[in-house]
Amino acid sequence: MQLLANPVLNQIVWTLIKFAGFVLVFVLGLATVLTWTERKFSALMQNRLGPNRANFGKIRAGGLLHMLADPIKMLTKEAFTPDTPNPWMFTLAPLVAFVPALVIFAVIPFGPGENMMIATTDLGILFIFALSSLNVYGTVMGSWASNNKWSLMGGLRISAQMISYEVAVGLSLCGVFMIYNSTDLQSIVVEQGRQTFLGLPAWGILTQPLAFILYLTCAIAENKRAPFDTAEAESELTAGYWTEYSAMGWAVLALVEFVEIILIGCVGATLFLGGWNIPGVHGDTPGLVMLQIGAFVVKVIFLILVQMTIRWTLPRFRYDQVMRLGWRIMLPAALLNLLVTGVVLAFIDR
Amino acid sequence: MSANLPTAIPGNSAAKISTGGHKLTAERQGDLMVINMGPSHPATHGTVKFVLTLDGEMVEDLDVHIGYLHRGFEKMSEQGTWQQVLPYTDRLNYVSPLLNNVGYVLAIEKLMGVQCTPRAGWIRMIISEVARIVDHFTALAAGALELGGFAPFLFGLEARETLYPLIEELTGARLTTSYTRIGGLKDDLPDDYEKHLMAGIDKALWCLDKMGGLLTKNRIFYDRMIGTGPLSQEDAISSGCTGVMLRSTGVDWDLRKHQPYLYYDQVDFDVIIGHQGDNYDRFLCRIEEIHQSVSIIKQCFAKLPAGPINVGDWRVTLPPKHAVYNSIEGMIAHFKLVIDGHQVPAGEAYQATEGGNGELGFYVVSQGNGRPFRIHVRAPCFYAMGIVKKMIVGHLLSDIVPTFDALNMIGGEVDR
Repeated sequence: MQLLANPVLNQIVWTLIKFAGFVLVFVLGLATVLTWTERKFSALMQNRLGPNRANFGKIRAGGLLHMLADPIKMLTKEAFTPDTPNPWMFTLAPLVAFVPALVIFAVIPFGPGENMMIATTDLGILFIFALSSLNVYGTVMGSWASNNKWSLMGGLRISAQMISYEVAVGLSLCGVFMIYNSTDLQSIVVEQGRQTFLGLPAWGILTQPLAFILYLTCAIAENKRAPFDTAEAESELTAGYWTEYSAMGWAVLALVEFVEIILIGCVGATLFLGGWNIPGVHGDTPGLVMLQIGAFVVKVIFLILVQMTIRWTLPRFRYDQVMRLGWRIMLPAALLNLLVTGVVLAFIDR
Repeated sequence: MSANLPTAIPGNSAAKISTGGHKLTAERQGDLMVINMGPSHPATHGTVKFVLTLDGEMVEDLDVHIGYLHRGFEKMSEQGTWQQVLPYTDRLNYVSPLLNNVGYVLAIEKLMGVQCTPRAGWIRMIISEVARIVDHFTALAAGALELGGFAPFLFGLEARETLYPLIEELTGARLTTSYTRIGGLKDDLPDDYEKHLMAGIDKALWCLDKMGGLLTKNRIFYDRMIGTGPLSQEDAISSGCTGVMLRSTGVDWDLRKHQPYLYYDQVDFDVIIGHQGDNYDRFLCRIEEIHQSVSIIKQCFAKLPAGPINVGDWRVTLPPKHAVYNSIEGMIAHFKLVIDGHQVPAGEAYQATEGGNGELGFYVVSQGNGRPFRIHVRAPCFYAMGIVKKMIVGHLLSDIVPTFDALNMIGGEVDR
């Protein structure tokens, strides 16, 4: 669509609009809502009421006002910096964790057509790998700069865990782009829209079921959420890598976790649940496009709820068990998946 | 599984890793890390401090510092009358105060040579078992929470919450029960108490099933518990561990069975023993003991006789109020008991009862007047704290959490 006469300016404006709509409104908005959802959903699972006290007079909105109350609390608290030789590193760390997590959304296609992603690039999945690797720096910097032994322990655990599981995440996704013959997420989604036998869509979860399970497990582990939250492990390491963080520094680190939950949902929905595809619905009228964007959002939210269910059901692994699971089970399984996919593809005429 | 467990590195020099015939050795670089775990650390609830020496994640040395909850219970007890000590006992093991109440009055009655009435005896058994169930639920729930299992924790607390109002119905308080009296009880059971209690216990057992369902065969939980915090029979016995700690190692020892007090010899129950003395055994022991306690409560209600709850002797229990207000004898007896206290004959007595965590003993010394000369509590957790180092050293930092939870240290009991 043409908003401005100058094509370059037009492109920039459109990118900014997409960025605002997708990242600022959808992702950050949803991440904020998730802070409420997590508490309310776990309360629902555990037969509790969950948060319900924040109010304007009589208006409580089912605890939704906690989304407002929390930032107000965080902004008015003392932003404590521990006695550390690296105060600037301590302050910088939440941002280093936050920015890569947000940038990854640039390559997620949220609707049909080339325009429905922020950055149209062939890198796609590789871009995701590259930037999610950066994520570990923020947490490790934070834990190191905290000048606290518990934080350091958490940082050591997280660096080993995130790097280990990155390998398995990467390998589990390799099968997907072997099948769809592309690293560009938009074309992977389009490929998934095709019909296969029995009229089933060629979604990743049907063509690569093992990879889906591996991806979800490893991604949760990379996001250091329970049952893989050894780095945080509040009963062992007090609060692990963010022991010393308070006020907005803490809030940003907490938000990163929620942003990554959404990211896992987005990547999972894109690669395994057919992205914006709705089986049987094709076309590019504005109504249908909106419907398909809606389908994408629904799939993302579904995967988010799956993650939350896992988080509130399972107890925590021990650190060495996490590593053993990663290297001895997840990695070989991902390699096996890759091998089988390769062999099958070699014999099937695509 | 236990074969895969990390084992202690002998000495402090080098770790040997077997790699199919080749022996690799790795020299440790740098110093060990000394780190304070507690006294206000999430894992060290009950207020205790561990000074850990860590080699990476491995605990090389552990120093237990207790005493952060010391309130001088034993010294305080010497200030009041014998009966005035009773409210203090609520605060010993604050998870199962009724058991402390029962243990304390049994010791005094032993020294006085008084036998409580049969009805009071059976009621004391009922409340002891209710308290034991609550104690075990708390230990199980806290253990689950510390391992990240929030849902089982809530099931455990819900079970506890169904039982606390019933304790409140009986005693008037949830925690500070002070239900027993020397020679009897504060009050008889309320109306329909059996019905209320059994309904509450059914709910608690439902919660226990849910909790067990979430944990017992959960692979993550199993891996965290099995083989961690190992305790050998020899260590358990030599350190003086009792209760679940001792029984988990396979020693058949339960004071209710082997040194019966009250009417425990007249009820039928099993002593639950483990076989390898790890955290998982302790977890299963607690679950099964809850079932055994329920069975004891049912038998107690079936055998509960009618009759008075207090011995008729006005030198032991307070006279009824109409006698106090309307007769000289009653008035004087009341006055003497309240002001002078029970006239306990000179001597000493030790009465051991099976508490929530093991042998809860009260050693009382009297010089023949209304005030205790000395009271000592043999708290089960105190002895467990002596062996905790051996259970943790050589394991990972994370293993401290389930080990310390399965040990169920209660600060109020350890620091008296």
